[in-house]
Parts: sequence; C-alpha cells; structure tokens
Amino acid sequence: MTQITTDTPLEESAFGKKAAGPVGWLDSRLGLAKAGKGLVRKVFPDHWSFFLGEIALYSFIVLLLTGVFLTFWYVPSMEEVTYTGSYAPLRGLEMSKAYASTLDISFDIRGGLLMRQIHHWAAMLFIASMIAHMLRVFFTGAYRKPREVNWLIGVGLFSLALIEGFAGYSLPDDLLSGTGLRFVDGLIRSIPIIGSYAEFFVFGGEYPGELIIPRLYMAHILLVPAILLGLITAHLLLLVYHKHTQWPGPGRTENNVVGYPVLPVYAAKAGGFFFVVFGFIVLVSATLQLNPVWSYGPYNPSEVTAGSQPDWYMGWVEGAVRIMPNWETTILGWTFSWNVFIPAVVLLTALFGLLAAYPFVERWVTKDDREHHLLQRPRNAPVRTGLGVAGMTAYGVLWIAGGNDVIATQFHMDIYTITWLCRIGFFVAPVIAFVVTKRICISLQRQDTETLLHGYETGVLERSPDGGYSERHAPLPANVAYTVSARDEVRVIEAPEDTDEHGVRAPGGLKARLHARASRFYHEDVAEKPTRHEVEEAAHHHADHDGHALEPGARDEFQGISETGVPHQH
Amino acid sequence: MRFLSTRRRHPLAGLVVLLLGLIAVGGLYSAVAPDSATAETTDARKVEAGRQLFLVGCATCHGKNAEGIQTKSGGNYGPSLIGVGAAAVDFQVGTGRMPLANASQQAPRKKPQYTPEEVSELSAYVATLAPGPAIPSEEYTDASGASDEVISEGGEFFRTNCTACHNSVGAGGALPGGRYAPKLTGVSGKHIYEAMVTGPQQMPVFNDAVITPEDKRAVIAYIKTVQAEPTYGGLGGGGLGPVVDGMFTWIIGIGGLVVIATWIAAHGARVKRKESRS
Repeated sequence: MTQITTDTPLEESAFGKKAAGPVGWLDSRLGLAKAGKGLVRKVFPDHWSFFLGEIALYSFIVLLLTGVFLTFWYVPSMEEVTYTGSYAPLRGLEMSKAYASTLDISFDIRGGLLMRQIHHWAAMLFIASMIAHMLRVFFTGAYRKPREVNWLIGVGLFSLALIEGFAGYSLPDDLLSGTGLRFVDGLIRSIPIIGSYAEFFVFGGEYPGELIIPRLYMAHILLVPAILLGLITAHLLLLVYHKHTQWPGPGRTENNVVGYPVLPVYAAKAGGFFFVVFGFIVLVSATLQLNPVWSYGPYNPSEVTAGSQPDWYMGWVEGAVRIMPNWETTILGWTFSWNVFIPAVVLLTALFGLLAAYPFVERWVTKDDREHHLLQRPRNAPVRTGLGVAGMTAYGVLWIAGGNDVIATQFHMDIYTITWLCRIGFFVAPVIAFVVTKRICISLQRQDTETLLHGYETGVLERSPDGGYSERHAPLPANVAYTVSARDEVRVIEAPEDTDEHGVRAPGGLKARLHARASRFYHEDVAEKPTRHEVEEAAHHHADHDGHALEPGARDEFQGISETGVPHQH
Repeated sequence: MRFLSTRRRHPLAGLVVLLLGLIAVGGLYSAVAPDSATAETTDARKVEAGRQLFLVGCATCHGKNAEGIQTKSGGNYGPSLIGVGAAAVDFQVGTGRMPLANASQQAPRKKPQYTPEEVSELSAYVATLAPGPAIPSEEYTDASGASDEVISEGGEFFRTNCTACHNSVGAGGALPGGRYAPKLTGVSGKHIYEAMVTGPQQMPVFNDAVITPEDKRAVIAYIKTVQAEPTYGGLGGGGLGPVVDGMFTWIIGIGGLVVIATWIAAHGARVKRKESRS
C-alpha cells in the first residue's frame, strides 16, 4: 500500500483567499512578486552554528531600537550642572549634563533603566556573537574563495563594533567610563611623535576637554551605526549572492544548497529566533544589573575606583597593557612609550591585520583557486585549526591579565604572580595550544580513516572458543562514510629544482623554497585520505573476515547501538 | 510651721541642723565626687586586666612591654605597640585581625577572638603606654540619620580617598604582593573610623587634619547608604564590574542562545498536509 500526500495550493487555502486582495494590490504597484520570488525561494542549510551571525544581526536590531529610545533623554554635553534627581546619594553634586541625564534615564524616566540595560546587554551580546560567528567561519574555512571579500567586510564590522561599543561605554561620563576614556587617551598619546598632537585633535585640547562627549555621541549614534548598517547590508547581500555554505554530506555538492526555502520554513525559523534573542536580552536586562553608573559617581580625572575594567571586548587590550613591562625611551626629546604603544596600538592593529590577511595567506600557501561552498570540518585543516586555537589562547591569556585584580581578590592570589604567569603564558600557551590542537586534529583524521577502513566499534565483545576476546566492528553506514570521507586530498607543493639541467639557477628560487616550506608546514602531517580502492578492499575484507569484523550472517543478531551513536544499518 | 518655730530654741536644735547639714553635704558629695574616685580604680583594674590578657595573648610577638620584637635579621617579628593608641587595638582585635592565625601577607578579617569587654581592656592597657588615637565617640561613628547633603559629601570624600583601593561600592580591591584592600561590607562605623585614624596594614592614615571627624562620619554615612540600598536594575555582580558581566555574556548569553539555535536547527519543517490513502 502506498501513501500519497497532497498539498493544498496556497491560493485555495483560507489564508490565501483572504490575502489575495491586499497582496495583489501591493504587487501590481510595487512589483514585489517578481523581485521577491528569488528571495523567498532561497534555500538555507540547517546547522546550529549558522545561527551565530543571526544573533549578532538581531542584537543589532535591538540596539537600534533601544538606542533610539535613549537618545530621547540623553544629553551629550559636558556642561556642569547640579544634580537634583531622585538618586539621593548624588544629589547636590556637580556633574556633567551627560551623567545627570544618564542618572535621569536610570531613575526618573519610566522604563529608562530597563532600556539602558537592554541596550548594554545587547551590545555585549552583539560583539560576543560576532566573534563566535567569526570563529565558526574561520574554523570551517568558510572564508575561502569566493567569500574573501565578505570575510573582510566581517573584519571591518568587528573592528567598528569595538569602536561603537567603546564610544557607548564612554557616554554616561561616570567615573568608570571616564577612566576608560583616560585609557584611550593614553593609547592615543603613546603613538610615537604624533601622539600628543593626535590627542589634541581628538579631544579638542588637553584631556578631557569639553568636546569629547559630543564627538563620541555623534560617532556612536550616527557615523559608526551608519557604516555598520551599510556593511551589514553588504554582508547579507553577498551572503545571498554567494549562497550559504553547507556541511558536506550525501547529496550536498559544491553546486547546490540542501536546506529549506526562506518561505515558509526559514522565515519562521529565523523570525522565531529573532524573538528568542530579543526576549532573552530583555529577560537578562530585567533581572541582572549591568553598569550601575550611579555607584561610580561623576567623572573626575583625579579619582579612580578599584576594579576599573573595560567591557569584555576591550578586556584583552587592557590585559596586554597590564602585563607589558614598563619600557620607555627618549630619543632627541621625543618620548617613545613602548609600554603602551606595543600592547595597545600595535596589538590592536596586529589583530585586525592578521584577521584580514589570513584568507590570502592561506590561499598563497595552498594555491587553491577553486570555489568552495562545502565547509571543512576543523580536523581536516589541522594547521588552520591549530592557529585559530593558538590565537584564542593568546586572547584568553590577555583576558585573564585584564581581570588580574578581580582574580587576585576573588581567588586570594598574588596579583604579581598572575601578571608573570600571563607574561609567560602569552608566549608559551599559544605554542602548546597549536601543537596539541594540531595533533588532536590529525588523530581525529586518522580515526576517521580507521573507521572508514575497519568499521566502527560496536561495543559488542565476543569471546572465541579458545578464550580470546575481540570487539565486533561494523562498517559505517553509507551516509556517514560519505560525510567522513568528503574532504579534499591535500599535497605538499614542493619547490622546483634549484637549478635546471644546464646548471642555471631557476628564477624565483627563494620564493619557491619559501612557499614549499609554508606548504610543508600546512600539509605535511595531514593524515592521508583512504583511496576508493582501499575502502572497497576494506569492505570486501569486512564481508569475508572472521569474528574481528561483523559477519553478514551475524548482522540480524546484532541489535546494539555503538557509543558513537551510529546505529546498526540493515 | 508652728512645730519648727516653737522648737527652734531647743538645746538639741543646733545638733539637728548640723546633722541635716552633714547629711546634705555628704549626700551631695556621694552623688558627685566619688564618681571619679571609683572610675580611677575601674580604669586601673581594666588596665591591669588588659595587661594580663596582653601577656597571655600578644606578648609572644609584640614583647612583654609591647615594645615589639625584632628578628635576628632585623625584620619585624611583631611591631611595637607603644603609641598606636586604643583605636588601633580596638580595630585590630575587634575585627578579629589580631591575634594572627598565621603569618601571611596580610591579616584577614575573621571572627573576633576576644569579647568586647576584653577588647576594651586590651585597648585600655595599650592606651596607657603612650598617647595615641582614642576610640572615637559614637557621635562620629553612628551615621544613621545623616542628611542627604552629608551623604553626598561623604561620597565625594569616599571617591577621592578610598575607591582607588576599596572599589566604588566598597567591594575591595587587589594590592601588590598578595595584599589587598578588604571589603567594607558589614564593617561597623566605629571600625571604619578607627581604620582611617590608625591606618592598619597597607592603609594610609587619614588623621583629623586630613579628614575632619565630621567628614569621617560623612564617609561612613555614604558607605552605609550605598550598601543598604537595593541593587537597582536586578541582581548585581557584587560590585566587581565588567569582568563578571563579560563572563555572563559568554557563558550564559552565547551558551544559552547556542542551545536554542541547536534546538531550532535540529528540527525540520513540519508542513501540514492532507493525507489520503489509495
């Protein structure tokens, strides 16, 4: 008996009949059907990691909405006023209008504190999800051709988000944000030779001056968001143009996308996720305090509070400055503050420089000019994965260094010990992380080969008549075997001979040797993929071997599910 | 009054008047003068009791006459207590910092080992060694009922002098070499005041010329006010600032949303269909 299912055409459904009028009216005037047809049929693949970028997008929308609310009451002015609002412990104090209006938003505007906290939590999540998304793209090789430009746009978005977040952090003009501003002032001044001129340019005179809050406000609500919005649009347009990448699997090729269309499935999934993200941020903001500006007091350059930290996304720069030795040189009357310049300016530039350059460096090493729409499992690019984890480790060490005072007080440790551990750790830990990660990746690759050739472990132990124990192996199901083996075979590109048959040195020999070295570094240890012949041979081996492998006749008896979760296939 | 006027020439009248006079003077004297006489004896008793406690509990490190003990290499085994004043003893012993549990970078606050009575005896004894800061009167340590002006002024003093180490809400902070500025939560006004005038451990001395007693009271008032107020805006991170917020963002924020994303991605489409069988 066969089973036939029929769909009701949309036009004939109750909804379709009702919606036909207005939709037709709009279509005949705007031509939406033609324009939107491609978009609504656009297919997106399903995987949890593809939602990370969406978290960033939705947080950005929440930021725009709450940001508009906050601009209604925030006054971007450093003019001194006497606070007369509801918060008694600060009443009667002289403070900037910016801080007074932030206190008003927190205590005297209905819903103001909630809006402030939503805005701030959304910002924290915005940058966090951007980084998570970026790591996903990095570790899966999704930045490879043709997506390098979109990767660069992503790096631009990331750097702008840091600036945007920092500008927002500075606007309340409380003691904490003022301290952060002072940090950036030092950072600007540490630039050799032009530092103090740059400071006067940015602050309109000596720090803090009276211009920086209005300037940051302009950057925070107009300049940077406008660029962010433009870049996000470009990012998404390129995503649509390139089509989304997908994980390898049966039926998935470089020329198709397997997934669900935008309408009705993906619109519902993504739309639903928007409300989940929005709701989550509001829930967190309603229950957890963030940046209690009133407890810091108005900014005064002569005051500071213990536990002054930037928000987490600048924590690594803070950490780098904290562990940097106090190096300073004076040459011909110019002071070079390496103690700030290297950890802050150089490191920030280096991060974005490395991120932007990586796809092109990898392209140069692999000489891979093909288009890639299938993602790579992180284990199948051991060196890249190792480099990524090494970078994350260095970032993590700097994070720890940035919170060294909090760690010292909470865990009763010596702050200098933490500083020294971080100093050593910054150089040593990434190397260890690289080697360990690379070895793990290669081991996983070898294990893939092993299961392809010898089957997976069923967890069923058998005792032979002469008392020996062996574990039954079963061949991988075809779809799993396909997914596991769907990877490119990579080879080390060796340098050509130094000299040709006439003994003449080949042109560009040094460059070729350099490239060969890089190629070996990338690909030398990568486990070789079994050939088709080997897999077939092994299948044959399964079929007629003894108790070591699962015999065809024994298949029906076997009811187990392995611990790897691969069910037995009939 | 007839009784008095008729008997006024009685031979014993003078004696009665004298008796009454003596009783009045004696009564007055006993009501006014002997106070200081007994106080003197109480003080002496207290000092002696304090000295006995000192010999048992403190002399091992601070020396039998509180003159301090130096190590062979010239280090400080226990500092001299001559001139530290009653306030220092009341702070150190009253907050449980002294006697030390073990030799570490800094004496932590712990459960006091002496009763308040014994603490005052020890303080009285040490105060007799040389002049030093006295235990402050309640007028300056009890900040309840301070006006808003006093509190906000105290906040200014607090931010100028204290927050650099103790944090803006008194959550404490790290100092070099394993030392730290302790938390101010649950510290009595008296002990805060005493810490300011005596400068225990890493803390500088804020004497009355730097911060007047009235201003010290304002600082105490500010600390007590901000610690008593609710954490507006939800559960706080204990005044530890952005480090806690960042941890939360990554672990709960990104972690939680990834769980939801996994759930959404793992569920395929369910299209409502009319089923017919043939």
